[in-house]
Amino acid sequence: MHKKLIVIGGGPAGLAAAVSAVENGLSPEDICILERDSEPGGILNQCIHAGFGLHRFGEELTGPEYAGRYIEMAKAAGLNITVNAMVLSLTEDKKVTYVSPETGYVTCSADAVILAMGCRERTRGALNIPGSRPAGIFTAGTAQRYVNMEGYMPGKRVVILGSGDIGLIMARRMTLEGAKVLCVCELMPYSGGLARNIVQCLEDFDIPLYLSHTVTAIGGKDRVESVTVAQVDENRKPIPGTEVTYDCDTLLLSVGLIPENELTRGAGVPIDRMTNGAFVNQNRETETEGIYACGNVLHVHDLVDFVSEEAAIAGRAAAERILGKNAPAVHSVAVKTGFGVRYTVPERIDIPAEPTEEVRLFFRVTDIYKKVRLTVTDDRGNVLVKKTKSAVAPGEMESLSLSGDVLKALTDAKCEFITVALEVL
Amino acid sequence: METRELTCVVCPAGCKITVTLNDGKVTDVTGQTCPRGKTYAVSEVTHPVRTLTTTVLLEGAANGARTLPVKTNRPLSKGLLFAAMEELTGYTVTAPVAVGDVLVKDFMEPGVDLVACKTVK
Repeated sequence: MHKKLIVIGGGPAGLAAAVSAVENGLSPEDICILERDSEPGGILNQCIHAGFGLHRFGEELTGPEYAGRYIEMAKAAGLNITVNAMVLSLTEDKKVTYVSPETGYVTCSADAVILAMGCRERTRGALNIPGSRPAGIFTAGTAQRYVNMEGYMPGKRVVILGSGDIGLIMARRMTLEGAKVLCVCELMPYSGGLARNIVQCLEDFDIPLYLSHTVTAIGGKDRVESVTVAQVDENRKPIPGTEVTYDCDTLLLSVGLIPENELTRGAGVPIDRMTNGAFVNQNRETETEGIYACGNVLHVHDLVDFVSEEAAIAGRAAAERILGKNAPAVHSVAVKTGFGVRYTVPERIDIPAEPTEEVRLFFRVTDIYKKVRLTVTDDRGNVLVKKTKSAVAPGEMESLSLSGDVLKALTDAKCEFITVALEVL
Repeated sequence: METRELTCVVCPAGCKITVTLNDGKVTDVTGQTCPRGKTYAVSEVTHPVRTLTTTVLLEGAANGARTLPVKTNRPLSKGLLFAAMEELTGYTVTAPVAVGDVLVKDFMEPGVDLVACKTVK
């Protein structure tokens, strides 16, 4: 079997990428979307809370509503989504092998592949929390699936480790469903979640948030019976004597997300250690020609709205490449990180002969800073763009745009790299 | 004179808003970066409201789904959240249902409807 474009993943990234590919001239019959779950929509299906779509649709939607909009757009574009299809492997020459109850074992080649597999949660194993291994320890997303989709309550008395948005959302959700959430602990001195979620998920329900605290022990043999929490010092080491033990039956972990890149690695696509996603250019094309990546498999996003935006870039670029409409690059510029910047996406800009479109560089800062100037400089130290911000935080993606004229000048100057950095004012 | 410090929950920006009250009446709102922030701040100090999102039981779904995500189409008085959850205990919807379908008209408060968030065949 051969398809012009295979999209791996039918969540927000995969759907937006496929819709964009059709909008840019590719016939829907030439596109195959593979989704491992029984329905498209990805993780949005279990994110029943509101807050999605303010940028993309100008209104506040719940996760299922946001997914529903894209599922309708995909239908309207004439796209067919293959569900229950688990991709087993991807090769460098773009052969995708998948299994599904309807089709069995299938190998399909493609002119282009878009990776849109999303991310998964870090688990207890990644944290090295000592103690026995009783039932009752869940990642927040697993608990979210149990409560919102399967209709089960994972526990009655709950401690949550990690103050990322999923942890905060689940604190409220478990409380509304009748559980007692004893506290949310956060290792860092600041929360990783949005301020609005601290207000409407914790403060609304008088759930305490303990910053600079972590879980040091889990008690119980068959089921969690207690969780011990201690304050940590500036090196994030527990301070002896500060331990407090909570009687509880459940521990939820909301301690970070990891892009799900097994297929990507299997295809030999180089991975950026900072994003845990593939190295890409501004079209979201990886270093393997014809393989693109977008959404949370590329880097973990703050908002699904930005996932859709990024996926549309990848979908368009893949369609243009397949249709032979892509402008070849005449010069490449590496994007480097300077002071205060953890990573950038893209990591490389491939500049065509006549660059007309601006390129937006997305990046995360390393720490919370007040009053900063964000800059992009060329390899001779000339500032290309800058902006000042009253505050920046690692939890909030920043961006700076380079115009077509700036890109043309970089080509003319044979600039090898540009640097994104932060300057404290 | 009394001032209250709020974090706006209208959008992810999370603006810090200061509301000045005199005898329970709002006299000044500062710190917001959009008009919705002011509306939120006034509401928050006079009559706080929240949109409720939850799930209800679902029967007859072709794909075997057991729950249906639902929300209030307008924010509900904050004090009614737990009563609303109580009210929905055991409440069951039978498929098919379409996104936006009104499941309960005037749910808990006049003008606030409970609506489906997902199309299920």
